[in-house]
Amino acid sequence: MYTETVMDHFMNPRNVGEIENADGVGEVGNVKCGDIMRIYIKVNDEKIEDIKFKTFGCGSAIAASSIATELIMGLSIEDALKVTNKQVVDALGGLPAVKIHCSVLAEQALKAAIYDYAQKTGKTYAGLEGFDPTDDHDDHHDIVEIEF
Amino acid sequence: MRKIYLDYSATTPVKKEVVEEMLPYFTENFGNASSIHGFGQDAKRALEKARAQIAATIAAPADTVYFTAGGSESDNWAIKGVMRANKAKGNHMITCKIEHHAVLHTCQALEKEGVEVTYLDVDSDGMISLEALKAAIRPTTVLISIMFINNEIGTMQPIQDIAQIAHESGVLFHTDAVQAYGNVKIDVSAMGIDLMSVSSHKIYGPKGVGALYIKKGIKIQNLIEGGAQEKKRRAGTENVAGIMGFAKAAQIAHDSLEAHVEKLVTLRERLLKGILESVDYVKHNGHPTLRHPGNVNVCFEFIEGEALLLSLNAKGIGGSSGSACTSGSLDPSHVLLAIGLPHEIAHGSLRLTIGDFTTEEDVDYTIEALKEVVQKLRMMSPLYDRIQGGK
Repeated sequence: MYTETVMDHFMNPRNVGEIENADGVGEVGNVKCGDIMRIYIKVNDEKIEDIKFKTFGCGSAIAASSIATELIMGLSIEDALKVTNKQVVDALGGLPAVKIHCSVLAEQALKAAIYDYAQKTGKTYAGLEGFDPTDDHDDHHDIVEIEF
Repeated sequence: MRKIYLDYSATTPVKKEVVEEMLPYFTENFGNASSIHGFGQDAKRALEKARAQIAATIAAPADTVYFTAGGSESDNWAIKGVMRANKAKGNHMITCKIEHHAVLHTCQALEKEGVEVTYLDVDSDGMISLEALKAAIRPTTVLISIMFINNEIGTMQPIQDIAQIAHESGVLFHTDAVQAYGNVKIDVSAMGIDLMSVSSHKIYGPKGVGALYIKKGIKIQNLIEGGAQEKKRRAGTENVAGIMGFAKAAQIAHDSLEAHVEKLVTLRERLLKGILESVDYVKHNGHPTLRHPGNVNVCFEFIEGEALLLSLNAKGIGGSSGSACTSGSLDPSHVLLAIGLPHEIAHGSLRLTIGDFTTEEDVDYTIEALKEVVQKLRMMSPLYDRIQGGK
């Protein structure tokens, strides 16, 4: 059902936890659907210096959060905003079709964290255009399956 | 790695004696029970012996037991067959919201044929209300179908009372006894059961075999048309080897019922007590006492069931869950929602079902493993830290 990479990131998740005095915190998903992701970022000189996550959800939700933090760690904010859910899926070696929304959630949680940072610092990023952290990103029905 | 199977309600291993019983029917006694020759007649004799054995375990006459390909077929046959054969009487039936999909989806299929179905609610223990049942009966009600024991939460319904209510109004009563058979003493005539579905692979027999008990005189239409097998009621060459295994398994279950139940209940209580004592924020599901002897169903708050199953699997433990991610849909199991659990609690459900090969050591290992796994997942959960830190 899951690739070895998914199982590895589920069993040994990277960057779990929280960052005290984080520069940005984003949380997406809802309990009704059974997955919530929260991402903390520490920003230094427009670079994501540290990133941590907490996730309530299934194996792929946890694995997607974990690998997303690895993809993003050390990136500039502009580059981090370019990370897509497809990259998360690819890095995991694929996800079952019904679990693709977990990768979307990871992308959205990161954006929400950067949005929070932007709000606090009064900065604007092109990559955040049109992003509304209050949208229900975990509406599984709207997720279009991507090809890979 | 240690391997612990705690999913006996999903299926059971076939007992060695059962396999032994089956083997000759693949090679030496392989005949088609419908054939005139000796090969066929030997198979036929075996088949009828098996039928009598299974009938004896439910205190029924031998010729009221019909072999099927399993519990789902039996449920389909009983419900579709009775509703279609009794249209002159009416087009209404009653069931409940926590039935197995083999019953619920059959009812939904019948609704498309114009059958009216009442789905009774259950209380927070998973019990139907006898008052509500009485109130739901109409002059056009043909059938009541209520499961004996629920497969997820283990709750046992008051079968005898339901049968009595049905009969007082001239309504037929079918029960899906797939989880009950082999775990509870069943006497179909004393209990007033008109039709009953049972399955072999839940009682240490082979998969792909089941039976439907049909009380004499019940009007029922065929589901599988074809040859004249099963007194022209269920076509298809009989799975003699499977049926022989089923009969052997049924006999073992019947003969050792008391010891089996006692063992399971002891281990079940040990497991439940262990879980409740070592983990907080746990909810026990199903009726506290009127339940399957080997079923433990709990919800761990703040974590999700699939993640729990995968983590337990990594420790060699096989269980099951009613979370959305394991149900193949977006919602948690219909049973957990019907007993009133909110989605977020239902997502963290775990069903562990104990069987004849479970040991005390297995139970103790599982309690320890659960403690670790739940803690690990909660440390990752944004819901748990809200509770912990009041954040």
